[in-house]
Amino acid sequence: MTQYFQDYITVAVFAAFGVLLVLIAVGASALLRPKNPTPAKSASYECGMDPVGGGWSQTQVRFYIYGLLFLIFDVEAVFIFPWAVRLEQLGGFALVEMAIFIAILLGGLAYAVRKGVLRWES
Amino acid sequence: MTGFVERVFDNVWLAALVKVVAVFALLLVVVILLVWIERKLVADMQNRLGPMRAGPFGVLQTLADGLKLLLKESVIPRKAELGVYMAAPIMALIPAFLIFLVIPIGEPVTVGGTTITLQGMDLNVGVLYLLAMSSLAVYAIVFAGWASGSKYPLLGGVRATAQMISYEAAMGLALVPVVLFASHRLGGEVPLIGTMSLSQIVELQQGAFRGFVPGWFVFWLAPSFIIFMIAAVAEANRAPFDLVEAETELVGGFHTEYSGFRFALFFLAEYLNMFNLSAIAVTLFFGGWLGPTWPEVLPGWISALLPIVWFLAKTFVLLFVFIWLRATLPRLRYDQLMNLGWKRLIPASLAWLVLFTVVTAWRAWGAPWSS
Repeated sequence: MTQYFQDYITVAVFAAFGVLLVLIAVGASALLRPKNPTPAKSASYECGMDPVGGGWSQTQVRFYIYGLLFLIFDVEAVFIFPWAVRLEQLGGFALVEMAIFIAILLGGLAYAVRKGVLRWES
Repeated sequence: MTGFVERVFDNVWLAALVKVVAVFALLLVVVILLVWIERKLVADMQNRLGPMRAGPFGVLQTLADGLKLLLKESVIPRKAELGVYMAAPIMALIPAFLIFLVIPIGEPVTVGGTTITLQGMDLNVGVLYLLAMSSLAVYAIVFAGWASGSKYPLLGGVRATAQMISYEAAMGLALVPVVLFASHRLGGEVPLIGTMSLSQIVELQQGAFRGFVPGWFVFWLAPSFIIFMIAAVAEANRAPFDLVEAETELVGGFHTEYSGFRFALFFLAEYLNMFNLSAIAVTLFFGGWLGPTWPEVLPGWISALLPIVWFLAKTFVLLFVFIWLRATLPRLRYDQLMNLGWKRLIPASLAWLVLFTVVTAWRAWGAPWSS
């Protein structure tokens, strides 16, 4: 078997072992601990008062914009890492290309800042 | 003995199993120590004694706490989405274990004819693997916050997600110069093919310049290291970026509705993440396990163990910084946190990346006008 697969076998064994260990611990805890739920105990936490309204509520749309921005920057990272590994082979052309790419991204970020989507006060 | 070790490590599955058990043991011992060290240090900085009763100087306090949590009732809120609610703590813990797998903790050891790397595995995409695994931790927090069916966890979960993805972008960008520099360094040996393997990155930091300064990457990439450390503190949800579990506004944040052993799993994951991030910083910027071993002076087994000692010592120095920050700095406001991430760190890491790339290219190819 090649080294390549051997490495990922270790990952798989490790993940499986981790899940197993956690399940054993949770299982042992389930056997050992008392279980005595009452209606008051299993109510949602609200600082001692009776909970008001449903558990889920709407959240600010701003968080969604952060999600969108993050997606752009994360995809960018996917492009940048292979580029960084082979920059010296790709040569000056790749350097200029990545400079243009980063300039566009920075422009986009500057646009978002000017639009005020990153501002927190309403 | 030698033949036995050789036979074990020739078998892929057995070798994997041995490494898995070793890594788990190391991580658990380190985390138990780390929690105790943190409590003692913070206590010291606040002029208290900290845990004193369980064991000498309270060393066993963490074990006692773990045992207590194991025996506590686990209250499950009525409104919780059971499946996701139960899965979230496990999902928090597994990536925390998996990250450590690619970090080399010592020099490869040769027993008989077999070389054993002191590393779970040497992935050739090590740096990407680190980023991927640290991204997975976000899911646990989203799921925990959503599945609790309660207000505070939901708020905490949404906040935590926004915080973690913001700082992850900065962290990923801060690591690009490391890969670039390592690939540039490697350029002489293997022409034009770079590296993302962590063991190779450690080996590239060997040697010294100006006589005594070690060849650690931090001396070339200090801005990367600073951005990485700030992002790491935010990524681990530690003070001053611990808005996720800001007691004064959000109660317990995403784990408000978790109790008993499920809470312990989240707690364990947080400390594991802190240790992992320090270990990553040591590997990428401070030469990992490199350090003097004095093979002529010391007996063989001591100088074989020394690289692991160096690695752990460097990691604990960075962990001390984490704890120090917690004891020193007040918590940021949420808008300050997001502004720091998006308006300072990300532009700064992009600018540093461009600057560093241009300088590296200049050194590799010469100035464009000189050719």
